[in-house]
Parts: sequence; C-alpha cells; structure tokens
Amino acid sequence: MCLAVPGKVIEIEGSIGIVDFNGVKREVRLDLVDAKIGDYVIVHTGFAIEKMDEKDALESLDIWKQLLKSEEDY
Amino acid sequence: MDLYKDRIASDILIKKIEAMAKDLDEIKLCHVCGTHEHVITHYGIRALLPKNIQVVSGPGCPVCVTTQGEIEAAVKVAEKGAVITTFGDMVRVPSKRSLSDAKASGLDIRIVYSINDAINLAISNPRMKVVHFAIGFETTCPTTAVAVLNSPDNFYVLSAHRVVPPAMDLLLSSGKINLSGFIDPGHVSTIIGTKPYEHISNKFNVPQVICGFEPNDILMGIYMVLKQIKEKRAEVENEYVRGVRLEGNIKAQQLMEKVFEPCDIRWRGFPIIPGSGLSLKKEFANKDAYKVFNIEIEDIPEEKGCSCPEVLRAEKNPNECPLFGNNCTPQSPKGPCMVSKEGACYISFKYNKTFR
Ligand code: SF4
Repeated sequence: MCLAVPGKVIEIEGSIGIVDFNGVKREVRLDLVDAKIGDYVIVHTGFAIEKMDEKDALESLDIWKQLLKSEEDY
Repeated sequence: MDLYKDRIASDILIKKIEAMAKDLDEIKLCHVCGTHEHVITHYGIRALLPKNIQVVSGPGCPVCVTTQGEIEAAVKVAEKGAVITTFGDMVRVPSKRSLSDAKASGLDIRIVYSINDAINLAISNPRMKVVHFAIGFETTCPTTAVAVLNSPDNFYVLSAHRVVPPAMDLLLSSGKINLSGFIDPGHVSTIIGTKPYEHISNKFNVPQVICGFEPNDILMGIYMVLKQIKEKRAEVENEYVRGVRLEGNIKAQQLMEKVFEPCDIRWRGFPIIPGSGLSLKKEFANKDAYKVFNIEIEDIPEEKGCSCPEVLRAEKNPNECPLFGNNCTPQSPKGPCMVSKEGACYISFKYNKTFR
C-alpha cells in the first residue's frame, strides 16, 4: 500500500500529469506537489507525493557516499 | 542509484553493523511498514545480521490493521445501494462478511488502483452513489483529502485512515515488547516529516531512523540506530534523504488538516488508540459515508486461532502461528496478514517457499 515508485513527469494538463516509469507511461495526479515537466516524482496510488529533483537525488547520493566513506575507518 | 543495492556497499555496512553490535546487548528493532518487511525478507537481511540484532515487524500494513467492524460498515453501505470502491487486497480479507463474499452475493464492490479511478467512476455515472472505502496511512490520506475537495456530489468517503505515530507510542507504552529502536516508514515520513515522531524518542528514550526501500537503505538505517544506541542518543534521524524532507510535504499536510480531524479508533490486534484515526471534519459531512448512510462501526471480536493480533503487535513471528503454511496460505488465507501483499505472513510464506 505504501509502495511508491519514482518516475519522470513528461506532460501536464491541470492537475493531471503523464509520468514515465522507465518507459511505462501512466496518468498521475499532481495535486500534492508543485511539479514541472522534467521533474522526477515519487508516485503512490496514482498521486505524486513528493518531488525528487535530479539535483536532490544526486545530492543525497553524495551524502550517502560520504557517510559510507567516513564510516569506513570506524 | 545502484549504490543502494550494491553488494560491496552491503558488505561494508554489514561489517560496520557487526563491529557496532559486538559491544551491545540483545537489540530488538521494530519497523512499521509493509514495504520494509518486503525488502527485509526478500533480501534475507535478517540472516545477515549479528545474532543479538533482531528486526521485528509491527502494525505497518494498513489492510491488516483495518478492523472487521470497518469492513462490515463497507458491506452495510453496499447493502444500501451504493457502489463500494477500494484497493485490491482489502476485498479478500476474511471477516464476518468479507467484501468478496458481499460481491459474490451480488453487491457492487469494485477494486480500484487509485481513489482517482473512483472519482472518475462517479463522474461517468452521475446516478450511481460511489463510496470509496479509504484505507491507508499518512501516505494515502492526502490523496483522499484531494478527493473530498474535488469530486462530484455522488462521491463519498468511508474513512478507515490511520496515522502511524500513535500506534508506535502504544507499542512502547504496552511494555509487552522490549524495543530498542524504530525503523520509521519512508513514505509515511515523506508526508509527515520527522516532527511527529520526536515525542516518542523523548518519552521512551528510543532512537529512530527513517529508512528508504532498497536493501542498503535498511542496512544503513540499522547501522544508524545502533550507532545512536551506542552513543546513548535517542533522536529521529533521516536516512531516506532522497525521499523525505525534514518538514515533510507541507502541501499534503495542509490538505489533510483541512479535511480530516483525529479520532480514537481500534486497530486489529490493538485496543482503541487515541488520536490514531482520521475522520472527515463536520464541514464535509455531505461526503462522509458514515453520516450520509447512517452507519456505525460495530465492535466485532477477532477470530480465534489466527495470530494476526500478536503478529501485528510484534509479539510473534508469522511462523509461530500454528496455522501458518498449513491451514493458512495465500490461496486460503485465515487472516489479513496472509492476504495483503504487505502482510508479514504473506511475505514470509512467499519467500520462505521460494528460497527453500
Ligand atoms: S498465518 Fe494466517 S492465521 Fe496465522 S497469523 Fe498469519 S494470517 Fe493469521
């Protein structure tokens, strides 16, 4: 139920967007986020519940890598 | 993004967990999310952990914690001539009268993937009364709020929504299980952020880490909790930075607050948990199926024999239920935890079988 998957917004019309999940396109409601075309969103039961801009995603990957590295000599 | 699944990173994390665990006593961590249970079991994470580190599954499956009284309420609404829409697993949950029995007896029960499908059904059938049996935690509640605010007059909501932190509080207050920390649910936290968990850490002195859904997210989360324990900290930390902002999704929170108010509600396996339910505010009485169809939630005693209550309270593992795997299987489930794809029994059955 709380499963949610990330996808890329490729079209927007009002509060409805088309989101591309690795090639599979689905209609998604965008009422809960301020998304633009090209944004990555996390989708749960047909609604985008959060925006994940690529910068954020990379940044968090970075934080993660650092954490892993800094902990290496624990 | 494969770092979150990368084997080498897993190995590093497991080594760190082992080093950290050496100086610790018996540690029992609890998660409250069906998707976490899925990741933990699917990747065999429990077997990778040191002997003194245990991860148990709590009341994290929304289908499983919905009571028979609520299912009965949905059946009664259908008997009054409305169409009930709900998510797939809910229909098969055994109950005094399950929704699938109700459907077999001719009542109109339909499975939807999203509440939006239910709204569309109401739009294209203006003479139909469409009632969405709305289950789910904070991840799903805002979608129902959107529906209440943007739907035609023939669309109603039968709310069985619940919020997670009060149940976590109750698990610790009951004193029955000795928990050393929580793995907090990722997508519930996407909506609510870190704040609603903080009082739990303060009150019970337990650390919590919000975790994502890849195997290394879980390992990193476990490591971060152990580190807190070792350093005698009890805070809410966020491992799932890529999916959770500390303040949560404010827009979603505002919509929830606009439409719902907290109520006291029973969970399967639990007594009434104060403030853990969400009912529609008075202004939306015209959307509230309990009011429109004049239905109350009955108190139906839980079935004997099924250990779901203990499983949901993290007191028993699925395979400690005498019915597990013989009388109770996904083909012929005796309790909700074997029906739902997020139920601990279903997940345990599925992977123990395939991995044998
Ligand atoms: S195995 Fe079946 S009967 Fe036993 S606790 Fe799980 S769902 Fe209930």
